[in-house]
Amino acid sequence: MLCRSSRLKLVCLFGQISTMQSSSGIPSQETLPIPSSLPESLPFTSSQVVPLPFPMAHGTTTLAFMFQGGVLAAADTRSSCSGLVACPASQKILPIHSHLVGTTSGTSADCALWKRILSRELRLYQLRYGRRLSTRGAAKLLSHMLHPFKGTELCVAATLCGWDGGDLFYVCSDGTRLEGSLFSVGSGSPYAYSILDQGVRWGLTVEEATSIAREAVYRATHRDAYSGNFVDVYHVTSKGWTRRTREDLKEDSHSHICCQKKRVP
Amino acid sequence: MEYLIGIQGPDYVLVAADNVAASSIIQMKHDYDKMFKLSEKILLLCVGEAGDTVQFAEYIQKNVQLYKMRNGYELSPSAAANFTRKNLADYLRSRTPYHVNLLLAGHDESDGPGLFYMDYMASLAKAPFAAHGYGAFLTLSILDRYYRPDLSRDEAVELLRKCVEELNKRFILNLPSFNVRLIDKDGIHDMEKITLTAK
Repeated sequence: MLCRSSRLKLVCLFGQISTMQSSSGIPSQETLPIPSSLPESLPFTSSQVVPLPFPMAHGTTTLAFMFQGGVLAAADTRSSCSGLVACPASQKILPIHSHLVGTTSGTSADCALWKRILSRELRLYQLRYGRRLSTRGAAKLLSHMLHPFKGTELCVAATLCGWDGGDLFYVCSDGTRLEGSLFSVGSGSPYAYSILDQGVRWGLTVEEATSIAREAVYRATHRDAYSGNFVDVYHVTSKGWTRRTREDLKEDSHSHICCQKKRVP
Repeated sequence: MEYLIGIQGPDYVLVAADNVAASSIIQMKHDYDKMFKLSEKILLLCVGEAGDTVQFAEYIQKNVQLYKMRNGYELSPSAAANFTRKNLADYLRSRTPYHVNLLLAGHDESDGPGLFYMDYMASLAKAPFAAHGYGAFLTLSILDRYYRPDLSRDEAVELLRKCVEELNKRFILNLPSFNVRLIDKDGIHDMEKITLTAK
């Protein structure tokens, strides 16, 4: 998943389109540094930067929501690096412990590292105090650990989905920490939000919830260039998390998702 | 994008804040509470940069609580406001300044009600009414025109509604609901939320 090869010095991101100016609202005009060892004919050595309408970052689509059957998390699997799909099968939902998963967005290296650090700290807490830290506590811990790096290039935007007192939290490296029942993060999130806002209710069954999560990711990957390939779905309940088999959206697009186009009344 | 407003009466302070937590163009939460309870009779309303707001407000909140634990009595609103301002000023010329705009509202037994306006430059002003955010440009003149020091509580709520109506009419962004709280000698009271539909 991490694409740090020894020859290319480009850092692999989840398609981070603009650099850390996104929180200040100023669209960044920078491109990634171009290594001089590359031949001139490669596409990204001659790209011209078109200004974005608003700051977009975190090239991915992840979402999570709560319903009567627990917490559902879904994400695409495309790791992009400027205009290149660096990895079509990366894992953006990382289990932290048996009853907590986190969706990741931003810089893939940063997310992987900080998730591991969070797992370690939660395990230490459990060993020291004899009980598992709540999801709310885990979110606060992650938020406070990321705070010293505010203003640097660190970019982590995660939703923590747990089943132990307070179930769904959004934590971002710019310091945001929000509790909620529905979140979507990434460049594909506006597209996903509009699908989720129509269909997510508390009373969904597990099958309905999975279906709407997949549909939302599918629609987002259809429109967003930086999301695509496969979709991962994780389901967290009181018994722990379970993972659905990874599904290829290319195949799905020719089958039932497309045929379920409803007519707007 | 975010909006805070405070109105001081003869024996109370009325404060309101919008409920939107936004990230770029997306509203991530519609029911976000921007008011932090510092003590039984002091509220801190905090808007500004994403992480700074919660970090700074919780820091002040815990320190005010610590003062009470150590000394057995609570800080007065004026003391809490000056403590907050001092922290803002100390961090202002450091590597990590806090970009937050604040309203501190409280009721003191001896001094009565107080509303304090602070901004990210660590300025502090005690004012009869105040507002933060782009919405302040639209609503301060309404407050200038209709405010009187002897407003009753109902009149103050009515004045607040006038301000919210103006925002709904002329402000380019959608702020659908507002938390409203009132502080008097009996403490902090939650009032009915002001929403778009129920005017």
